Amino acid sequence: MITITRADTRPIQNQGDIVLVRKVVRDWALELQFSIVDQTKIITAASELARNAFEYGKGGTMKMEALLNGIRKGLRLTFEDQGPGIENMELALTDGYTTGGGLGMGLTGARRLVNEFDIKSTPGQGTTVTITKWK
Amino acid sequence: MERIPILKMGDFLLVTIQVDMHDRLVMTLQDDLMEKISTCNSAGVLIDISALEIVDSFIGRMIANIAAMSRVLDAKTVVTGMQPAVAITLVELGLSLDGVMTALNVERGVKLLEKITRSESQYLDGTSAQELVDDNDHKS
Ligand SMILES: Nc1ncnc2c1ncn2[C@@H]1O[C@H](COP(=O)(O)OP(=O)(O)OP(=O)(O)O)[C@@H](O)[C@H]1O
Ligand SMILES: [Mg+2]
Repeated sequence: MITITRADTRPIQNQGDIVLVRKVVRDWALELQFSIVDQTKIITAASELARNAFEYGKGGTMKMEALLNGIRKGLRLTFEDQGPGIENMELALTDGYTTGGGLGMGLTGARRLVNEFDIKSTPGQGTTVTITKWK
Repeated sequence: MERIPILKMGDFLLVTIQVDMHDRLVMTLQDDLMEKISTCNSAGVLIDISALEIVDSFIGRMIANIAAMSRVLDAKTVVTGMQPAVAITLVELGLSLDGVMTALNVERGVKLLEKITRSESQYLDGTSAQELVDDNDHKS
């Protein structure tokens, strides 16, 4: 059974908030005693998803949940926006696909950096991406 | 406006990134560097990222852009001090940073730049910079 030991929500409304997202994710990952590599991976994934929520989703929020599954600790992050949503999910989840002049590595890269990755999007309503990293 | 300082060291430019930069600051740094390379006629650029805890696709793209644009301006770019965890994460993220040279620290980075910029003007025998670097690594 998974229990949530701590939860919080942060805004993603400007570029400074993306920096703050990286900082708070680092703090929580440290507290959960993630290895330095796992810390780096979850912060990097969070940075990508926060930027997407800001750039494409016109801003949103990050929900943070510290998890406990037996003795296993984890960190679950949910990025939510009410932007235009993603029309073609298969394309968006292809390495190198971008509509914004990026590298098109944010979503696919974030997926590779975590243990669980879930994305839901409704065109015209918004996008929700949930990632979980287990210790 | 907030800016990352760019130091001029002889023929080279040195940038030490010490803060977690927001995206606009990253773009400003990229523009400032390009301008400085051409006004100072620099032969090389050294970007020290030892204080950076993460390199995401945005900063990765800036580094690749700087390397590509400096090539056009006939300058070489070396990235120094990348943390091992950052390097591991970059690979998994899917960024290859092709064509970007790396060195363990600033001192080695300067040596590398000196070697490859000198080699271009002196050894016109077709020995590539990479071979010279490999050679250097074996000796040290
Ligand atoms: N929250 C979102 N809302 C709407 N569209 C999105 C969102 N996130 C991603 N997308 C779409 O998916 C594409 C791929 O996203 P991804 O993060 O992989 O690449 P990118 O942001 O274009 O470039 P990079 O992240 O490498 O700088 C985007 O170009 C955009 O079209
Ligand atoms: Mg992105």
